[in-house]
Amino acid sequence: MLLEVKHVTMRFGGVRALDGISLGVEVGTVHGLIGPNGAGKTTLINILSGVAAPSSGEVRFLDQMIQGLPPHRIAALGMARTFQNIRLFPTMTCLENVIAGQHLVAERPLLPRFLCLPVAARKEKEYRDQAMECLERVGIADQASFLARNLSYGDRRRLEIARALASSPRMLLLDEPVAGMRQRGLRQIGDLVRSLAEEGMTVLLIEHNMGFVMDLCSRITVLSFGRTITTGTPAEVGEHPEVIEAYLGGQENHA
Amino acid sequence: MEFVTHLLAVYGSLLNFIGIQSLLALSLYITLSAGQLSLGNAAFAGIGGYVSGVLSLHYGLSYILALIAGSASAGVVALVIGLPVLRLRGVFLAMATLAFGEVVRIAAVNLTITGGAQGLVGIPNRTKGWMIYLVLAVVCYVVARLRGSRVGWSFATIREDETAAATLGIHTTYYKTLAFVMGAVIAGLAGGMYAHLTFIISPGEFGFSAAVQLLIYNIVGGTRTWPGPILGTVLLIILPEVLRGIGVAAGALRMAVNGLVLLLVILFLPNGLASLFQGGSRQTPKVAPLPREEA
Amino acid sequence: MELLAQQLINGLFIGSVYGLFAVGYTLVFGVLDILNLAHPAIFTLGGLVALWLVEGAHFSIWAAFPSAVLFAGLLGLILDRIAFFPIRRRADSNFSGLISSIAMAILFESAAFALFGARTVRFPANTVTNRVWQVAGVTITSLQVEIVLTAILFMVGLTQLLKRTRVGKAIRAVAENDRAARLLGIHVDRIIAFTFFLSSAMGGAAGILFGLYFDALSPDMGRSIEIKGLAVIILGGMGSIPGAILGGLAFGLTEVLTVAITGTSNLRDAVAFTMLFAILIFRPSGFLGRRSMREA
Repeated sequence: MLLEVKHVTMRFGGVRALDGISLGVEVGTVHGLIGPNGAGKTTLINILSGVAAPSSGEVRFLDQMIQGLPPHRIAALGMARTFQNIRLFPTMTCLENVIAGQHLVAERPLLPRFLCLPVAARKEKEYRDQAMECLERVGIADQASFLARNLSYGDRRRLEIARALASSPRMLLLDEPVAGMRQRGLRQIGDLVRSLAEEGMTVLLIEHNMGFVMDLCSRITVLSFGRTITTGTPAEVGEHPEVIEAYLGGQENHA
Repeated sequence: MEFVTHLLAVYGSLLNFIGIQSLLALSLYITLSAGQLSLGNAAFAGIGGYVSGVLSLHYGLSYILALIAGSASAGVVALVIGLPVLRLRGVFLAMATLAFGEVVRIAAVNLTITGGAQGLVGIPNRTKGWMIYLVLAVVCYVVARLRGSRVGWSFATIREDETAAATLGIHTTYYKTLAFVMGAVIAGLAGGMYAHLTFIISPGEFGFSAAVQLLIYNIVGGTRTWPGPILGTVLLIILPEVLRGIGVAAGALRMAVNGLVLLLVILFLPNGLASLFQGGSRQTPKVAPLPREEA
Repeated sequence: MELLAQQLINGLFIGSVYGLFAVGYTLVFGVLDILNLAHPAIFTLGGLVALWLVEGAHFSIWAAFPSAVLFAGLLGLILDRIAFFPIRRRADSNFSGLISSIAMAILFESAAFALFGARTVRFPANTVTNRVWQVAGVTITSLQVEIVLTAILFMVGLTQLLKRTRVGKAIRAVAENDRAARLLGIHVDRIIAFTFFLSSAMGGAAGILFGLYFDALSPDMGRSIEIKGLAVIILGGMGSIPGAILGGLAFGLTEVLTVAITGTSNLRDAVAFTMLFAILIFRPSGFLGRRSMREA
């Protein structure tokens, strides 16, 4: 297991947003996390990335306890994420956003820059090429010099993924990566996630689009009102009576 | 040559003042570039000024050592208060640093060694104009090269979105404190040089108005590129002189011009006057190290 | 003991002026999340205009006071229109609002300089009939009583307005969530303008009372209360109206007690600002968090 969540509970005041959640994610898999609004999916992602600390429970990543660690420590272990409400750096260009995401892998030391050594410029070119590759990978290289805030909604989501990829993470947490995208975008992001998994990256994917999730994920965990209902293959999950009742009931986009 | 000598004789003190104020404006620029709104930089200048002034006046320390000591003291104080204070955001940080500045000012008024409310009198006159501009040039160079470095990118990223920055692996507390301390060190240095320029320093010079004035220089010039704060400083110091030259004598009117420039800039040029000089360069694929606004 | 009682009484009076000033300060912060640094300049202009009405236009103080308060309220409308309305939709509106309020503060202050000169001025000696009472060894003047009553009247009036009236409820709705308020059909811009009117009127009233109490007015008198006002609203919790009132009283009492205990006035501000600094670090939400304004 790359990531193990054990009995994680999160209380806000008297409300339990998460109530003893447990799940495990295997290396190199695409793991889906689904559930109705308010099920606690984003809260869980916040805990996994260190943005929030759980009230109780344990999170293991690479066999280290990471619950309650600050976000930058967790990121340094190889965890990257996107945000459901998109948190780009709005007045930076796309390329700059990705460069900002290289913090963990690019050194950019001060001294060679102060002395204007050629090595600094050479390394800088390498980093920029790498950043461009990330943009190409998500399909927005042609917009590299645009300000992030001027991008279309779907392209902003793509840019967030590119920024997360810039640090070559072990694990990627995607919070609704295709929300608001059309069919073409769905297919592109799906292909991207698949190819990332083939390269050995582990992906935890929150998504409402059931077709997308069923298609892409090898395992799916279903949350409802802060509890785990079940974890299994897409087929198992699709047939689970509680899941059908709690989440799929009446929805026509069941693939 | 004679013309230059004449110019220096008439405007020398004004040029020195512009140099010192530019240094102070740049010290705040560094802190602002990491998104931290500090109103404590005038107080850090005060700490630098008083520490170095007292050391050379009462303890006969050499000029350079006194400057280093003053600057370092400001940095150490910034480190100590930075850790708790920088947890606050935006306006709350501004007010905490403001309160800190008032405490420093009141301390200077009440201590005997600082000369109380009358100020520290008789500081040896060691700072020469060229020294100010040499230091200013070095600071400009450092600030210019900082952008595009790991530190510069971290500052810019935190300024844009602190939470997102942290999830990219940026140790936000470390970099915020670094920006705060760097600003304090430069402000302390400027304060020390100022003390050795003017013979006398008094607590009122490092108070709330001074802190706000540094913010005004930055906003008017622009906080997105390092020439911005210098542009703002030069403009707002020269403008009253020009007005006096053309016969506008009333202090109130000159003050109003200061306020009017600030108001017009914040309403119509939110990225400062410097943004007027960097029009369409945005569409080229070459990356500018720090974000700029687009029209 | 009597000296202490006297100091406490004095602290109460000056504290009520601080409270009145701070209520206006905190009202704008509570509604807009903007720190309005032009508030002290309106405080100054309120006092100076009242003085001009008494001295130049020969109003009685009872006519000059409401006129100057109204004038201060109108300044608030101008302030909102010029400095805050144009940038309301900007992403960083609370930062640019802070800056534009600084600009307006400079403009107002320079207007005060231009109109009234740089000197310190005072109300004519017979502006208010001042009776002096001795109660159990403590001296109280009728002016002090009038000041504290006026301040209480304003603060209670504002609290009731927010709690009971339609417009008060609208102000609280805008404070809670301006977009939702807009959807509910509240004319948000008008409500914000009214908030500035109220806030500035109270700031102006505080300036008049301050000028009467200390018997001195100058174009830069706002500076002395500016930072104290900030201390008061942080002490009470940003945006909290009861907090600002209590914070004002606590601040006034701290000041006089510091003087009483240390025997000099030098450390008066030091204690207050150290306290402010400590509160920001240990309890940034103040003593009454900002929710209490919304529930006012």
